[in-house]
Parts: sequence; structure tokens; C-alpha cells
Amino acid sequence: MTFTAPVLSYQLLSPILIVLGGALIGVLVEAFVSRKLRPIAQLSLTIGTLLLALFQVFTIRNSQSTTAAMGSVVIDGPAVLMQASILVISILAAFLIADTENFVPVAAAVPGSEDERRAIQSGQTLTEVFPLTLFAVSGMMIFPIATDLITLFVALEMLSLPLYLMAGLSRRRRLLSQESALKYFLLGAFSSAFFLFGAAYLYGYSGSVSFEGIRIAIAGGSGNDIILLIGIAFLSVGLLFKVGAVPFHAWSPDVYQGAPTPVTAFMAAATKVAAFGAMLRIFYTAFANAQWQWRPLLIVISIITMLFGSLVAIAQRDVKRMLAYSSIAHAGFLLAGVIALNKAGLEGSIFYLFAYGVATVGAFGVVTLVRDSTGEVTDLNRWAGLGKRSPWVATIFAGFLLAFAGIPLTSGFIGKFAIFSAAYEGGSKSIVIAGVLSSAIAAFFYIRVIVLMFFTDPQEDGTSVVIPSILTRATVVICFVVTIALGVFPSPLLDSIKTLAIFIR
Amino acid sequence: MNSANYLYLSALLFTLGAVGVVVRRNAIVVFMCIELMLNAANLSFVTFSRINGNLDGQVVAFFTMVVAACEVVIGLAIIVTIYRSRRSASVDDASLLKR
Repeated sequence: MTFTAPVLSYQLLSPILIVLGGALIGVLVEAFVSRKLRPIAQLSLTIGTLLLALFQVFTIRNSQSTTAAMGSVVIDGPAVLMQASILVISILAAFLIADTENFVPVAAAVPGSEDERRAIQSGQTLTEVFPLTLFAVSGMMIFPIATDLITLFVALEMLSLPLYLMAGLSRRRRLLSQESALKYFLLGAFSSAFFLFGAAYLYGYSGSVSFEGIRIAIAGGSGNDIILLIGIAFLSVGLLFKVGAVPFHAWSPDVYQGAPTPVTAFMAAATKVAAFGAMLRIFYTAFANAQWQWRPLLIVISIITMLFGSLVAIAQRDVKRMLAYSSIAHAGFLLAGVIALNKAGLEGSIFYLFAYGVATVGAFGVVTLVRDSTGEVTDLNRWAGLGKRSPWVATIFAGFLLAFAGIPLTSGFIGKFAIFSAAYEGGSKSIVIAGVLSSAIAAFFYIRVIVLMFFTDPQEDGTSVVIPSILTRATVVICFVVTIALGVFPSPLLDSIKTLAIFIR
Repeated sequence: MNSANYLYLSALLFTLGAVGVVVRRNAIVVFMCIELMLNAANLSFVTFSRINGNLDGQVVAFFTMVVAACEVVIGLAIIVTIYRSRRSASVDDASLLKR
């Protein structure tokens, strides 16, 4: 027997390898660079790595529709678009993470202890968060391009494990933050066990771990259908958990609220792109022939998710929790793109993911700015009158809220329109009705916040908007500009998505 | 012996793990139940590998073991941190975020 060396196509894998290399160098920087230089070294390393990877994605964009690493991953149009979206969102989120004011100086110190106080006094900052971010980004970049179950599972864990840790690093309200890390970890690990069990049954059904093999087995239809259904159902549980769809959403409000806000921004935006990217690929390629089995169920989940997210968000008094429920509702809208199962659905989803991700990073960026003497103010009542005190910040936040609500001239409108028209074309009218209805409900609570900010008198309770650091300012402004630009001139991006968004099988 | 029996065993272990996650209150025990579920999935993979007559499933089992080991590292780190700040590893005590 001869042993053939595997062909890896390093050129196509280079964006992922660059990010992984950057993360490893980051670990070394943590060990060898003096404490004083570390923050700036880590930040420039992270941003540089992400920019270089983005450049590499740009250079490989035309070598599309090929597999790499012996068919474990595929570099097609959607893969390039997803990777680029993830990188852009990560760069913006990394600017927010650079504001180390939000992170505990020593994660291992017990809250309220002498160790913690000493670390804060000595001006220590936490820089481990940068390599963790890069590891998570590399997992996110592999997740939507994986074409076999092993790669998919490893990528899922690679993106999740650093995020579990990052959720527990908040400087203030540390008990809350640690609790959110615990919840995120336990529920995340629970769902990945379901995912793996589903993967085992899919392998049992088709005798292959590759999506191609599963697709052929389903098209052949000779296997045991029960095993296939168990496989699809359990695998979907794992994926639906990651995107935060009802009834697997329980973690998201708690984690969004407890985690440090920059981490929430990164997690909310980039994880969604990665998880929906993987979901679109699996359902569009591997499971497409079994659509009569999974579509009815996903339609129900999508409708419940939209309505539940919008309705419960109305009752929230905490701005981070409100954004969490809004992200649940958005997961429902995005599921409509998966269910559409046509090219328009894929294009719409990719556009929506990018637009939503950018607006989310921007919105959480604004949340980091509203503070009092003890830290961020997330109680919505104390945001009253913000528009009178700091009109610019309030206007920008209002812009993001209008984008979430899907008001015309913002990116949210174009995204929703693209997704719902694709779902209509795909023949699921019920979803379009539920979607429009829940958008109307959602508009109510977004606009309530805007009214609260602009038409209520400010209270004298020490809430104020801090002067943002240059990086935070850049993030918020860029996100705002992109959100409006995509609403006014969406055609350049839509056109390039249209030419690229074809899955190869 | 009929390989289907191994599938039944694996489904049983998986269910036991899932029930354990839901009913047990100590974070470490919950975590052990999750590990049980992962290993149940591994058993399924190996059994299917035997039924299908190829080795892919056994390869997956190795990957799962590595990933599970990483998960242990992260999980215990989080649980130990919580324990040190609260002197309790009960998931019921961690309820500050409930409203």
C-alpha cells in the first residue's frame, strides 16, 4: 500500500492559518513581552493579523469553488463572503475589546479580594483576551466552510471554548459575569453533545462523514429514515442553540447581560454569521433532498422565535437584555432565509448577516459609552433624556435601533426585504406573515427607546456619556456609516453577493 | 453479537446523561453528565463504523476525545473560579441573572 501525501492547498487556507498563527504569537507575547508593552503589542498584533487575513480572503476570492485540505473545507463564493464578513465584524469588535477598562485585570483573582484590589491599583490590564479572540475567530472562519462532520464539530468547539472564557472576564459585576460564563459553558457543552450525537446518526445513515456523502445517501434514499431523522434533529439542536433560536435561547439573555459588553458585541455579531453560515451550507447542500422532513419543523421554530423574541423584548428594562431578545427575533428572521432554500434566500441571508452584525457591534459599542461612577448603565430608565445631553451618541444609537427595526434607508430594511421576498418565493407564506407581524411588534419597543432618549427629561443621577477612546469612536462611527450606506446604496454589495453566492456541492 | 445492542446502550447512556444535566444541581456533576453524553455519541460513532464497515467513525471518536479534553480544561477553570468566589458549585445558587 502506498501512502499519498495530503494536498492541503495552503494558499486557500491562508486566511485561517494567518489568524491561527496570530493567536499563537499572541500567546507567546503574553509570556515574553513586558507588562507595560503588552496591551499595545497585543492590540496591534490582533488588528494586523485580522487585516492581513482579510487581505488574503480578498486575494483568493476568484479562486472560488474549490475544495481544500483534502475536501474537508470548501472555498466557494459564500465561503469567501462569510469569512470576509466575520473578519470585518471581528476587526470592529476588536477595537471595542481594546478598551481594557471593561475587563478584569486578573481573571483568577477572587472578586472583592486583596489580590484584585492590588491588581487594579497597579494598573494591570488583561491582555489574554486578544489571543482568545483570535482563536475564536479562526473557529468561526472554519465553521461555515467545513464540509465534513469532523471539521464542523472541531470548528464549533474552537469558536465556542474561547467565548465561554471571555464571557467571564467583566471588570464590574464580576459575579454576574462569572455566572454567565458558567451558564454559557454548561448549556453550550450540552448542546454540542446533542450535535455530536446527531452527527453520529448521520454517519450511521450514510456511512460517510462528508456532506457530499450524506447528500448522496439521502438522494439514494435506501437507508433507514428513522436514523436520518434522529441525525437531522439532533444536529439541528446544536446549531439552533448556537444561533439562539427558541426553544434553545435560554442562555442568550443571561450571557449577553453578564458578559463584558465588547465581548457581547463580538459574540452576538460574529457567532451569528458563523453559525448561520454553517447552517445554510448544511441545509442547502447536505439536507436539501430531505427538505420535506426538516422544513415544517424549522418553519414552526422560525415563527415561534420571531414572535417570542419580539414579544419578550417589550418587557425588558435592561438595554443589553433587550438587545439579546432582539437578537433572538433576528435569529427567527434569518431562519426564514434557511427555509427559503433558494438562491435568493442565500443571498438575502448573507446580506442580512453582514448588515445585522455591523449594526450589532455598533449598538453594543454605544452601550459601553453610557456610564456612571460604578460602570456601565444598562438600566433603560436611566437612559431617559440621553438625546438632550449627548445628541450625537443618542442619534447614532437611534440609527442602529431603526436598522434593527427594518426602517427604510437603513441596512435592516434591505436585509429584511431580501429575506422575506426569498421566503415568499420559496413558498412559505406563513413565515412572511409572522415576520412582518413580529417586525411591527419589534418596531414598538425600538421606537419606545428612541422616545425615551429624545422626548423625556434627563434625570440627575450621575449617568453620563464618557468621551470615547479613538478606537471606540471609530467603531461606532464606521458601523453607523455602513448601516446607513447599505440602506441607501445596497446595490454594489448586493451585486457582488449575487455573483458569488453559489454553494458548490 | 448484534451491533444494534451497542446503539441501544449508547442511546441509554445519552439519555442518562441528558436527564442528569437536567436534574442534578452540582456544576461538576452536571459537567460529568455532559461528558457521559459525549462518550455515548462516541460509542455510536464506533458502532456505526463497525456496521458501515469503514473507519471514519473511529477517527471521529479520537477527535471527540481531544475536544472533550479541551472542554474539561475550560469547564473546570470556570467552575473553580465560581467556587472560589461563592464557596458553592451549585447551579441553583448562580441565579443573579434571573429576573
